[in-house]
Amino acid sequence: MQSKREREKQGREKLTRIIETCKSVEERSLDPFLVDIDESINTAKEFLPEWKIPEDLCLDAETIHRLASVIKLQSEWVKHRSTSLYTDPFLLQEKLMRLDKERIVETFMMAWHPIIEFEQISLHSIMEALQYWLNLLPLNERWKEQPPQEVAAGHATREELVKERILREQMFSEELTSFWQQLKERVTAKGKDGKITYWGFVGAETYGETVDRAFLTSFLVTYGYATLEVYPLEEEIFIKPNEEPEVKIGKKQLVSMPIPIPVEDWQRWKRGELN
Amino acid sequence: MSKRKANYAAKVKRATHMLFYKRHKKPGVKGWELRKALGSDYPKVLKVLDDYLKDLDLKVQTVFEEERQIEKPNLEQLDKARFLITLRGELTPKEAKMVGWRIDDLAGLSIAISHIISNKGMAPRKEVEELLREKLPNWKVGLNIDRYIRYGYLTQDEGEQLYLDWRTRAEVDQKALIDSLLRTET
Repeated sequence: MQSKREREKQGREKLTRIIETCKSVEERSLDPFLVDIDESINTAKEFLPEWKIPEDLCLDAETIHRLASVIKLQSEWVKHRSTSLYTDPFLLQEKLMRLDKERIVETFMMAWHPIIEFEQISLHSIMEALQYWLNLLPLNERWKEQPPQEVAAGHATREELVKERILREQMFSEELTSFWQQLKERVTAKGKDGKITYWGFVGAETYGETVDRAFLTSFLVTYGYATLEVYPLEEEIFIKPNEEPEVKIGKKQLVSMPIPIPVEDWQRWKRGELN
Repeated sequence: MSKRKANYAAKVKRATHMLFYKRHKKPGVKGWELRKALGSDYPKVLKVLDDYLKDLDLKVQTVFEEERQIEKPNLEQLDKARFLITLRGELTPKEAKMVGWRIDDLAGLSIAISHIISNKGMAPRKEVEELLREKLPNWKVGLNIDRYIRYGYLTQDEGEQLYLDWRTRAEVDQKALIDSLLRTET
């Protein structure tokens, strides 16, 4: 008596063999009638009750899929044989082998009607091309280097440079110090335990201003004017001004803390949904 | 000449220019291009041109997108089809030499095409190569098949299966080829 495992193994082997035969018929254009569809279907049917795991059921499905493809090929084969173009390939091959080259070409000539096409230039194209050539500047003129334009040197006032956004209105260090003072004042007025929420400090009337404040805040923290307190679980960030700028290098491991400032968050802050 | 006739004569001239002169990489003109240039009655214009060409042993050939010829095509099928001028009658082998074909290469093409036709329009490249090797030197076989592919007579897929391409559909009367081959006495 065959054990269950042995029977399953035998079934898998049989289905794999059917799949391989179908594949070779499809890929190598073999006669699709080489596959005995009835017998293959019976084999698949016979083993179907044995399959329990998904892999075996997939194998069964693939077998059916491959058999369906072969049936399609058989149908095409029958259709082709019924057309006037059908010729037994072996018969034709035999014929071709027996004919000499001259006879093959003679036969081909009876069925070949080559395409007629001109590749002749017209007078109109020549005239157009001539006109183009006449209007075309010589290369040395087209590729001539443009000398740099001379501009007389002059003086620019600080106000002009600020207007051109080359200089900021205040020196950066001055701006940072006044921003630090602003942080201290904001903490005294609105903060709790000597600190204020990040958005409570950087948030401003316009989005651009908010980004500007976030940019300066990052320098406050980097240069030791303030400390960030991050509570990841609560998703809260506080900023705490230091009494004096602290030099952190060498004392602690410094970490980088990217804080995104998306417009959506700024809008939420404006609506009072973000502290 | 009536106004209508003059109009058709002008359209026939325009169609002749479009069809005879190579405009794209592939010869011929698409139906939609003719419609744009000649108007929606371009099939009629082509019919008139075809009648003119009869005396010159030329014809307007239609190659449909589908592999088979269509008996009564609709406008959409015509728009997508390619129109070309081909020889109506036959060339003699001597004339074929003038067209630029060596007898070996032409025989090879004939063998490749007829083998593919008899295999339902598809045959492995290796099989065609083996067939050609019977009568052509080995070094020439691969080169010739590549040349047939380059000219548009055959096409090849990733699985190295060869099929008939647009130029065979335009130039070769497949049924006539098979019939004559089978009729030829060895």
